[in-house]
Amino acid sequence: DTVPPQVVPGADPSSRQLCFAWGPAEVLVCETLFGREGQGGVGAAARALTGSVAGTGDAAPSSSRVFVVRKDQDIYIHTLRKLFNESHGIFMGLQRSEEELAGKSRKAQLVQVSKNYRSVIRACMEDMHQAAVSTQDPALQGQYSTQVSILSAMELIWNLCEILFVEAAPAGPLLLRLLDWVRLHVCDVDSMVREVLSSESPSKHKLFWNVVDIFVLQGRMDEARHLLSKEASANPTSMNMYRILDDLMKKMPVPSLGNTQTLTELELKWQHWHEECQRYLQDGTFASNPHMESICKVLLGDEDAILEKKELMTTWYHFLVTRLLYSHPTVKPMELRFYAQSSMDLFLGGESSPEPLDMILMAAFEFEMHQVIKECSIVLSNWWFVAHLTDLLDHCKLLQSHNLYFGSNMREFLLLEYASGLFSHHSLWQLGVDYFDHCPQYGRVYLELHIERVPLSTEQKALKVLRICEQRQMHEQVRSVCKIMAMKALRNNRLGSALSWSIRAKDAAFATLISDRFLKDYCERGCFSDLDLIDNLGPSMLLSDRLTFLGKYREFHRLYGEKRFPEAARLLLTLMTAHIAPCSFWMTLLTDALPLLEQKEVIFSAEQTYELMRCLEDLTAGNPDKQKFQDDDVETTKVEMLRLALARNLARVIVKEGTVDGS
Amino acid sequence: AMEDVSAKFVSQKISRTRWRPLPPAALQPPDLFATGSWDNEDNRISIWSAGDLGNAGLNGEYHGEPHLLCDIQHNGDVMDMQFLDQERIVVASSTGTVTIFRHHQNNQTLSASHRWEKAHYHVDQDTSCGAAACTGVVCNNPEIVTVGEDGRINLFRADQKDAVRTIDNADSSTLHAVTFLRTTEILTVNSIGQLKIWDLRQQRNEPSQIFSLAGDRVPLHCVDRHPNQQHIVATGGQDGMLSIWDIRQGTMPVSLLNAHEAEMWEVHFHPSDPDHLFTCSEDGSLWHWDTSTNVSEKPSFLHQGGRSTAYLSHSTLNQSVVSAWLSNDPTKDRMEITNLIPNQTLSVNSLDVLGPCLVYGTDAEAIYVNRQLFA
Repeated sequence: DTVPPQVVPGADPSSRQLCFAWGPAEVLVCETLFGREGQGGVGAAARALTGSVAGTGDAAPSSSRVFVVRKDQDIYIHTLRKLFNESHGIFMGLQRSEEELAGKSRKAQLVQVSKNYRSVIRACMEDMHQAAVSTQDPALQGQYSTQVSILSAMELIWNLCEILFVEAAPAGPLLLRLLDWVRLHVCDVDSMVREVLSSESPSKHKLFWNVVDIFVLQGRMDEARHLLSKEASANPTSMNMYRILDDLMKKMPVPSLGNTQTLTELELKWQHWHEECQRYLQDGTFASNPHMESICKVLLGDEDAILEKKELMTTWYHFLVTRLLYSHPTVKPMELRFYAQSSMDLFLGGESSPEPLDMILMAAFEFEMHQVIKECSIVLSNWWFVAHLTDLLDHCKLLQSHNLYFGSNMREFLLLEYASGLFSHHSLWQLGVDYFDHCPQYGRVYLELHIERVPLSTEQKALKVLRICEQRQMHEQVRSVCKIMAMKALRNNRLGSALSWSIRAKDAAFATLISDRFLKDYCERGCFSDLDLIDNLGPSMLLSDRLTFLGKYREFHRLYGEKRFPEAARLLLTLMTAHIAPCSFWMTLLTDALPLLEQKEVIFSAEQTYELMRCLEDLTAGNPDKQKFQDDDVETTKVEMLRLALARNLARVIVKEGTVDGS
Repeated sequence: AMEDVSAKFVSQKISRTRWRPLPPAALQPPDLFATGSWDNEDNRISIWSAGDLGNAGLNGEYHGEPHLLCDIQHNGDVMDMQFLDQERIVVASSTGTVTIFRHHQNNQTLSASHRWEKAHYHVDQDTSCGAAACTGVVCNNPEIVTVGEDGRINLFRADQKDAVRTIDNADSSTLHAVTFLRTTEILTVNSIGQLKIWDLRQQRNEPSQIFSLAGDRVPLHCVDRHPNQQHIVATGGQDGMLSIWDIRQGTMPVSLLNAHEAEMWEVHFHPSDPDHLFTCSEDGSLWHWDTSTNVSEKPSFLHQGGRSTAYLSHSTLNQSVVSAWLSNDPTKDRMEITNLIPNQTLSVNSLDVLGPCLVYGTDAEAIYVNRQLFA
């Protein structure tokens, strides 16, 4: 088996060598400057990659183009978004559904799910049809029409799979289901009927016998008899013949859906009726009317007579079902393959070769489920169909034994492909998440890889991505999203926002970085920005040492502002002695102590003053000369002022404490 | 019941749904609503007819899905949207632009009638980059207030080219939503769990009052004020918690009610029947909070046709109020809450209630209209 080659429209491998790179859901194909004869050099290839335009571009020989090749084309068709969204709901319902429901009710449930999928396809088809009718643009119209026929083929295949695999209809009901299938999908007879019935004398209409034949071929006996009665009343000479044919058609035994008759009973009745038809044909009852005679031959299952009406059936599978109806009404599922193959051969008659759709349906009739899925994967331009169908069949427990030689099982493989396609779409990526969730083996890894590539255009979108990651305990991705958002906020000078993003990710290093920016701003401007945030850090203050310091330092300023000096002084000292403050900030803190030292009332105790002095000496001793040298004057003055203030405070406090102790 | 709800898949993720306001003394239920989309290459503002009343059955039940009347392209994600009057809609964009669209009802078209480019921005308004998303808009014709990721508050008038007032750096974190408290006062909520009152008459660039959640400072995403009792304010947070605040006293919420499992995106008191409140969330649920039922006549747990209904107890801290939302009387302080969307998986981003009608929109690209909310 070979997969047909994919042609990238616009790329010409005959004149340029192409290079490519795999993406998670897309392939980048690039024209290089290497010609077929090998002209150009290494440098040329590098140049080819820069300055090229994705998708489009002039075909000028000097420019090269980059093509984005998508594996799942249909994901980008706007009118199919309804299909993707609505089927997502059905898919989720199926995953939630009760596995433990017993036999019949579980089967009924699965059939209902299958029908729901089909009704979504049909609704989408109708929308697409409406769009095709209402558009003025012929190109667009062509596109829509193509989509309608693709959707219609998808529904046709799905419906057959539903009958054969999901419902697994037994002999008897199987034929009834196949008849419904043919009626639903084969040529629209209703408009022809209306045309015939609305004419003055229907039986004289040129399409009259065509319509009668179509009804008979589809097994719609009541409708066929109704039409025939028109002929009878318009043509009294054929009345007798009509009566006999009508009676035969009325008496034709059909399988019943209930348990009212056994297959043997049906076969007996059918045999009897068949013999009766045979008698009338042989004794020349219908000889004077070729139309009625051919109908009688059809009733007898005469293959040539049925094949004569090839034009009215249009497809080999209609021929198959008609043939089964009139020669093997109790066909068993496993016998279908023989009739299917011979029907196709007879119908096509060597004039045309089977199309992909024919091969898919044939595979279904042969109960080759994997072949159906494989052919569909190759032929259809989307993963939607095979992913959902396979998932449904898997829930029917029909695919259990089949493991692929790569990756996990087929269901998961196809779901992963489909969901990856969703993730390559700018808007449908959210749907992909749930599909990954239901891929037990690789879903998580895929989600991790894809979710990081979702562009975070707004905070709102980031929050949605973050929620997806948090719900699944994807800590790595949570950190990554928060870091991206924090960096963005930082670049925009939104320190407050940046800090809340790093708090959400519990990213201590980043919180430290932002705290340093706050402190730097404070040192430059002499006041805090974003007080509303810093005053409300709460427990998140403990995330990083620097953040703790920022919060505590701000608390010092608040206490000072509220003139709660002793508390402020104690806090200030603790910041240094407990090494909460970074050393680079000690001078600022000591300078902050100055006004407290200068207060009328003594605030620092003797012990506290000694500690302040030790802090100052540690700082000046630890500072290399080089640092001092730079802003010599300011620094020296500061140190001198501090020493003086500390000495004065010490003197005052000794006097005060001595007095208090003495009294 | 669910069968009263009509749905339509619209092939775009819906970020906002809004009923067109009814003319004064109107007897008809609302019939027109607007939607805005997000996260598309091509975002749109659309006007929908809720349904053809001519199609209504004999019993007055409603059939048919919403149908599109007109739409227009919108630059950036629609972050918020509000009708200014019967014809004009103010739209907040992720590009920082605020636009007034006019709905021409005679020929069913939409056009942009006024635009404030980069009303919200980082760093510099005049450069081409650095725009900040406008996250919230509220109107009280002709006044329009907007807030954004830049922590800025703008006051516009529909008829004036430039902003009437701008408070730069009003908040150091992201402002998520805004609403009017009184004609000159607004309420904002931010991403560090604070609710702030701003008096626009005062020239001070500081809020007149700050309320905040205790503990973890969970971000608040939405805010609404009780239509009759202005001191009662509801907010919704990142953890899905509904907080009820009495802004006359205290700095913390009066009660915290838990229903959603993820971000609460919108909260709305019913405008004419404020015993009812509606909230929607990222977790795909839409809760109806009903304080009007006389609980003593009902069993304490109800399960009706797939709906999950439960009574919650208030954890009230407040004593002297009569409103059901603030009450702590143990015999009365329970409310009936109902999830209107069982089995939904993707986010319900927006909802709006007016009269007997509810409209909501989802990330599953569908809009839903319920015309018999209290049936």
